[in-house]
Amino acid sequence: MSDRIVILGGGTGGTLAANRLRRHYGETAEIVVVDRDDRHLYQPGLLFVPFGMTTPERIVRPRGKQLHDGINFRIAEVDRVTTAENTVYLSDGTALEYDVLVIASGASLLPGETEGLTGAGWGEKTHTFYTLAGATALAEALERFDGGRLVVNMVDMPIKCPVAPLEFSFLADWYFQRRGIRDRVEITYVTSMDGAFTKAVCNRVLSGMLDGKRVNVVTEFNTGEVDGVGGRLISYDEREIPFDLLVAIPLHGGAEYIGRSPGLGDDLNFVETDIHTLQAKAAPNVFAIGDATNLPSSKAGSVTHFEGETLVANIAHLLNGETLEGTYDGHANCFIESGFHKALLIDFSYELEPVPGRYPEPHVGPLPLLKESRLNHLGKLAFEPLYWHVLLPGHDMPGIGAQMSTRGKQLEAIGQGDRQ
Amino acid sequence: MSTATYAGAVVEVDAEGFLADPAQWTEEMAHEIAAQNGLGELTDRHWQVINFMRDSYLKTGAAPSIRTLGKVSGVPIKELYQLFPKGPAKLAAKIAGIPKPRGCI
Repeated sequence: MSDRIVILGGGTGGTLAANRLRRHYGETAEIVVVDRDDRHLYQPGLLFVPFGMTTPERIVRPRGKQLHDGINFRIAEVDRVTTAENTVYLSDGTALEYDVLVIASGASLLPGETEGLTGAGWGEKTHTFYTLAGATALAEALERFDGGRLVVNMVDMPIKCPVAPLEFSFLADWYFQRRGIRDRVEITYVTSMDGAFTKAVCNRVLSGMLDGKRVNVVTEFNTGEVDGVGGRLISYDEREIPFDLLVAIPLHGGAEYIGRSPGLGDDLNFVETDIHTLQAKAAPNVFAIGDATNLPSSKAGSVTHFEGETLVANIAHLLNGETLEGTYDGHANCFIESGFHKALLIDFSYELEPVPGRYPEPHVGPLPLLKESRLNHLGKLAFEPLYWHVLLPGHDMPGIGAQMSTRGKQLEAIGQGDRQ
Repeated sequence: MSTATYAGAVVEVDAEGFLADPAQWTEEMAHEIAAQNGLGELTDRHWQVINFMRDSYLKTGAAPSIRTLGKVSGVPIKELYQLFPKGPAKLAAKIAGIPKPRGCI
């Protein structure tokens, strides 16, 4: 009898895992992907929706169509996983047994966790661009906005794509300049962290850019309450920041069913996962990929893509009775859109923070690291078709290894005491 | 890495004064680090947070975030700010002798 591999989630991680596994096993394993709907959203596109740089229709495609032939796609809600029985219980009562389970349910937004955020003013004065509906409503709100205080608030880590709130601030500066009203708009970036970015070298570069674009930065602000009518952010230590338009990046958590599944998640419902093998702590035949994990890495598509190789290798090792390999190194890379047709690129891992250099070829590039350039912006745009046609089908990106390389990186940029 | 002297013992600390090795920490050091950071006498409520921080760090290898503290430590977030003003997770970590909580990026 062939092994049954059940994958919960048909987003970036679930799709690329399913397609890689299908290529590896062909007909010799049964692969089932479960998701609650058939709409696959290209999440990096959300950043561009509020500024009219893309449309909702362009960034959504059917999930089932992204899966190779032979993969069984099922639309259903998950009620819980009982690892002791190797069974997923669906909300309609179906029990789905597995030999191997892959959790790829991503991260969900929890705006309700912040007092007042979804109360009066939500969708009018207070917004988010982290959902398609939110990004669409924000596009209209920005169009109507003709001056005042725009506040971008990252409520707390971890969030998906931690650079996106900064990108939003950069693009807002550009957007209002194009409309000729930048002087009438005060942009403030408010973060719970102690800097614009957690890693020192990158923080220096990004803070300088925020400064250059006249974006005020407020750090270590832990939002306790939002007054969506009066237009105030109120921190737990009773500081206040007034706004006319709020763009909030709400708290994130793992999928709700994780909380109903004994032993699987942490207190935020992210799956407790080995940081190098991607095996869940709950059971040897359970793995997690992408935003669903509790890894101390970015919640980003690139992370999910680089994890794919380790995940598939370790599922094969497990089914062959072999020792797992600890090959995932925390590798992430992200384009940071900075407006005016420019972007930065950063490439980093658990061990090494983002530094300047050239990528992917040492000294040659062509992409410069941690530096604004037009080429990086073109790289970001070029990524969209690569997402659908290379990443989701489970192929490697040409010339880009799953493990981070230090070649071409200026390691000397890291000051004494900066190294993590 | 530089060093600092707490409660008569020389310990390794990072640039911001967080202990490099949680095993070198003692309760006496907690009082001294707290005093240096403007806190008065440590109460039972302080210790509830400090012990929770240490336990979860030793168990998971990561310092809990303010949200986890508010949900699981038994001390609500508002009170955490009264006990450890400005940055409760950071300050409590420092006093508990564990590395600085890292935002996951």
